[in-house]
Amino acid sequence: MIAKRELFIFRKQRESTVFNHIFLSLLVVFSLGPVVLLGVNSFKSNAEMGLNPLGLPQEWRLENFGRAWEQGEFERTFKNSVIYVVGTVSLALVFCGLAAYSLARKNPPGGNFVMIYLLVASTVPIWLYLVPLFFMWRQLGFLNTYHGLILIYTAFNAPFSIFLLRSYLIGLPVELEDAARVDGANELQVLLRVIVPLAWPGFLTVGLVVGLGVWSEFQVAVIFTHNPEMFPVTTSYFKFTDRFGRDWALTNAGAFMMVAPVLILFLALQRRFVEGLTQGGVKF
Amino acid sequence: MAADIATPLESGAVQAPNPPGRKSKRKRPWTRYRLMRYYVVPWLFLIPILGLHGFVVVIPALQGVYYSFTDWSGIGEAKFIGLRNFEEMFFEDQSYIDALSRNVQWMIFRMIVPFSFALFGASLLAKVKRGAMIYRTALFMPFILPSIVTATIWRYLYNPRFGLPTLVGYDKALLGQSDTALWAIAFADNWQFWGFLMVLFLTAMQGIDPVLYDAAKVDGANRWQEFWHVTLPGIRPVVLFMMMMVMIWAFLVFDYVFILTGGGPAGATEVIAIDIYKNAFQRFEAGYAAAQGMTICLFASMVVTGFAFLRKRGWDI
Repeated sequence: MIAKRELFIFRKQRESTVFNHIFLSLLVVFSLGPVVLLGVNSFKSNAEMGLNPLGLPQEWRLENFGRAWEQGEFERTFKNSVIYVVGTVSLALVFCGLAAYSLARKNPPGGNFVMIYLLVASTVPIWLYLVPLFFMWRQLGFLNTYHGLILIYTAFNAPFSIFLLRSYLIGLPVELEDAARVDGANELQVLLRVIVPLAWPGFLTVGLVVGLGVWSEFQVAVIFTHNPEMFPVTTSYFKFTDRFGRDWALTNAGAFMMVAPVLILFLALQRRFVEGLTQGGVKF
Repeated sequence: MAADIATPLESGAVQAPNPPGRKSKRKRPWTRYRLMRYYVVPWLFLIPILGLHGFVVVIPALQGVYYSFTDWSGIGEAKFIGLRNFEEMFFEDQSYIDALSRNVQWMIFRMIVPFSFALFGASLLAKVKRGAMIYRTALFMPFILPSIVTATIWRYLYNPRFGLPTLVGYDKALLGQSDTALWAIAFADNWQFWGFLMVLFLTAMQGIDPVLYDAAKVDGANRWQEFWHVTLPGIRPVVLFMMMMVMIWAFLVFDYVFILTGGGPAGATEVIAIDIYKNAFQRFEAGYAAAQGMTICLFASMVVTGFAFLRKRGWDI
């Protein structure tokens, strides 16, 4: 009797997923179509763009990339962005890792208060402090510097990184740390030799999410850097589209170069990206 | 909990020492070792990042509160002028009121369009076994794109010479007209954002007890009834929480507007954040900009309070 009913349900479900697949495919076209178009258009010439705006190129040209690389000064801005990303990710991993370890294991007096503080801090609207922060940074001479932006990015990413790392560390078995202590390891050794090797997936997730955020960041960069020498790739590209707004082949190629590393990383590690971004990887 | 497991062997005593903040039967003397172990070391680990965060966020936030009551230009002395900035904002500055209304329109759009897309996509995907991971990855992908790239893509798609509108014979610039620009920007934002919501809803849907679906099927529920009576109640906490966050974020929108129209045409897309940006960095009215920032904070806390109130009234958020 029960088996019969289950069979019935099973059959009904099988039937109905056709409908699901059709609509999901339409949604996929909606989501990926524009991205694919961006890639495809990077290979077209401007003349072809007007005649054939949505199709495949008749001739796959690579020259747009070279042109965009040079005109958009991508060599310098890529370097700058890599510095911002690497600087922020390493600072965030070290200092948020330490804080998360303390909160997860050391039971510091006032630890709950710290958690509440971070929770509130992560929802305070950025515009409450952005304007005074700008003038403070100007007074300190931190505008248009690498450390100026890196410090801001690290602070903005701190609540999320600490939460995620802490929840990762809490899940690890304590026994291994105790064993290391019995063997005479001090706190730092426990952290470096036991915690980090065990919790690397957590660190990787946080690093990816923070790195992605910094690579893509626009708002803070546009306010805190005015010197083209210091532009990250996003704001430099913004100025670039201002100059070459109608040169679609060029702007498409530039945008494609900017996202290509992100897309490759995402496809390789999409599980971690999705996990990290949906666990409070909130855009600031 | 963790500390008393971690310590007994190291302290040389067999019994666990008492961590602070915990009621203990025996009082232990405050040795230097215990002070280091339970107070100094944990806080040494916390202080660097909390110090940085305080320096970058808390101090400027407090300064912002102070400057919002002054006529500060950004340079030099700030003169205390009481509530004058807020008076000006709400009673004299029409552009602020207009900007605020655009943020509210943005909020309403975001509460309807991405939520519908996400609920639709997630309820379809929850039933699918084969290829589920591929669908999820593909639909989530726009969310990882930098805003500047999304903006470039949609500027291309909206262009009046050979973009999408021309396919249906519409040859006006969607971003260039005051009655369509804000919605065109909001749709580009939706394209990027809804996949993120969908994954959150999907995760929540996978936590719903399948027995409920079986029961609904046995009772002869159709797709719509099943969604309305089983799926939606099952993921309600996530939906309501994200509604709250989306309402708060709606007051912060900056990137897409700044990149695509810069507030134009003729101020038709000027939202609060753009107004603040211009006041602070172009018109040298930092005090007034700080006051506008304060109002965003005020609206955000009103949203949070509203949801907390509903929860208290038994809405089970």
